[in-house]
Amino acid sequence: MKKLIANREIEVNEEGYLTNFSQWDKNIGEELAKEQSIDMTDRHWEAIDFIHEKFKKEEPLSIRGIKKSGVLDIKEFYSLFPGGPLKKATLIAGIPKPKSCI
Amino acid sequence: MKNLVILGAGTSGTMMANHLVSKLPKNDWKITIIDQYKTHYYQPGFLFLPFDIYTTKQVKKNGEKFIPKGVNYIQEKIDLIVTDENQVKLESGTILDYDILIVATGTKTAPDEIEGMNGPEWYKSVFDFYTYEGAKALRNKLREWKGGKLVVHITEMPIKCPVAPLEFAFLADSFFKHKGIRDKVDITFVTPLDGAFTKPKATKALHYLLEEKNIKEVTNFNIECVDYENNKIIDYADTEVEYDLLVTVPTNMGDALMERSGLGDDLNYIPTHKATLQSKAHENIFAIGDATNLPASKAGSVAHFEAEILTENILRYINGEPLKEEFDGHANCFIETGGGKALLIDFNYNHEPVEGTFPFPGVGPLSLLKESRTNHMGKMAFRWIYWNMLIKGIHIPFVSATMSEKGKHFEEVK
Ligand SMILES: Cc1cc2nc3c(=O)[nH]c(=O)nc-3n(C[C@H](O)[C@H](O)[C@H](O)COP(=O)(O)OP(=O)(O)OC[C@H]3O[C@@H](n4cnc5c(N)ncnc54)[C@H](O)[C@@H]3O)c2cc1C
Repeated sequence: MKKLIANREIEVNEEGYLTNFSQWDKNIGEELAKEQSIDMTDRHWEAIDFIHEKFKKEEPLSIRGIKKSGVLDIKEFYSLFPGGPLKKATLIAGIPKPKSCI
Repeated sequence: MKNLVILGAGTSGTMMANHLVSKLPKNDWKITIIDQYKTHYYQPGFLFLPFDIYTTKQVKKNGEKFIPKGVNYIQEKIDLIVTDENQVKLESGTILDYDILIVATGTKTAPDEIEGMNGPEWYKSVFDFYTYEGAKALRNKLREWKGGKLVVHITEMPIKCPVAPLEFAFLADSFFKHKGIRDKVDITFVTPLDGAFTKPKATKALHYLLEEKNIKEVTNFNIECVDYENNKIIDYADTEVEYDLLVTVPTNMGDALMERSGLGDDLNYIPTHKATLQSKAHENIFAIGDATNLPASKAGSVAHFEAEILTENILRYINGEPLKEEFDGHANCFIETGGGKALLIDFNYNHEPVEGTFPFPGVGPLSLLKESRTNHMGKMAFRWIYWNMLIKGIHIPFVSATMSEKGKHFEEVK
């Protein structure tokens, strides 16, 4: 389905995740963060950069991966994206929600 | 003479030895299998051991008994795989050359990954049931436990047999009812996932079971530590869950051998081609079962399906033919629901667990996603099938390696 984000029509799924990463830019991320009541700071963006890197390398994202990222620890990740950090961060990053593994 | 070496004589390794011994020409190929333990454990039985449903004798046997004649069996710890030299080093210093290597070293629990888990309360008020030692210690505990808060917990995904923790909670409900102390026991299921089941479809269809059995659910719980002094587990979002008895499934990891040999991922699993079972890094190394990083369930039934395809691919590799890209992630598993009933689910890489009947389309006898007594009998029969057919590599009638789409009601996974 389509959703209007930052004055642009963006393709999203039922849960609001972008289905086409090429439509993502920082403004979109900022808007999506606002919807989650998150104000993006430099630290937030560093976390998102790390997530994008993993996504581009097609490496699966996990809480364990964050621990090994060298960018931030899990405690900080939770404080940046309270509640469900992986779910919120991927939503803001414009990539699919991580599969909850099998 | 060429060498085919199999690392690990668990479910997968033993199956491969049995398959290959009759297929590889004896004059050209020597098959060697290595395992650190003398005992072969029937791991699905670890679910039943804590409740005194199975005895210790029913879950362990001498491993060598299941290795066919003509296969060289070595009981020793494997120290290193030196891929540049095509060699395996054992703990004693023995060196084995290989032309083809099959890695079947499985996955194991790593309670040290979480602070406070493998601490002073380990096997006192904090238990696992994924190891023989843990299941047995828990059995002794449950024999005398008078009740309180029971927390059944999953540390992080993936874990082998992902439904086992839930089955544990169901069986605990039955067990305490039987003992007449269900009213004194509070059961909570704690998971890092969105819900109790790993596949959305199964979650939807099966949630009623939790309600029916009065099992509470805490979801999205990413454990940070076990606070064993105050009897609670704490997650990164500072949620706390109190327990009197904690039954946890620690982080599952492949053997440290993979890390030492530079062959594993973050969790020591081997990156493997999902349809052919060839390792991604070396064309003469194949991987099977829990040791792989495949997005399939880590289960004995999956290993059974993989073994048939891997056998075929080993033969093709030897003959220089292209490998068959056939493995579809097919898994089926019985889910014990307590009170003498069980469910059967069947799924693969692309299809969510489906409703229907198995293995005969539309007829059964085992029903998918519906609770029944026949399914429970199936789960119980699985132990016999395991020891007498599965690990010996005998084809199980009517059950095929890739998933049959007949008689099932599908919905494609996107
Ligand atoms: C509680 C529980 C319930 C389960 N229930 C079911 C079920 O109902 N249905 C189902 O299909 N599956 C079930 N499973 C899963 C099933 O048991 C496993 O998926 C299966 O055993 C995997 O086989 P494998 O050969 O890959 O690994 P394993 O059988 O674990 O074998 C690995 C072997 O490698 C050896 N090894 C590892 N490292 C080394 C080393 N460095 N040196 C020497 N030897 C080494 C180990 O000693 C071991 O014998 C269950 C598992 C558990 C724990």
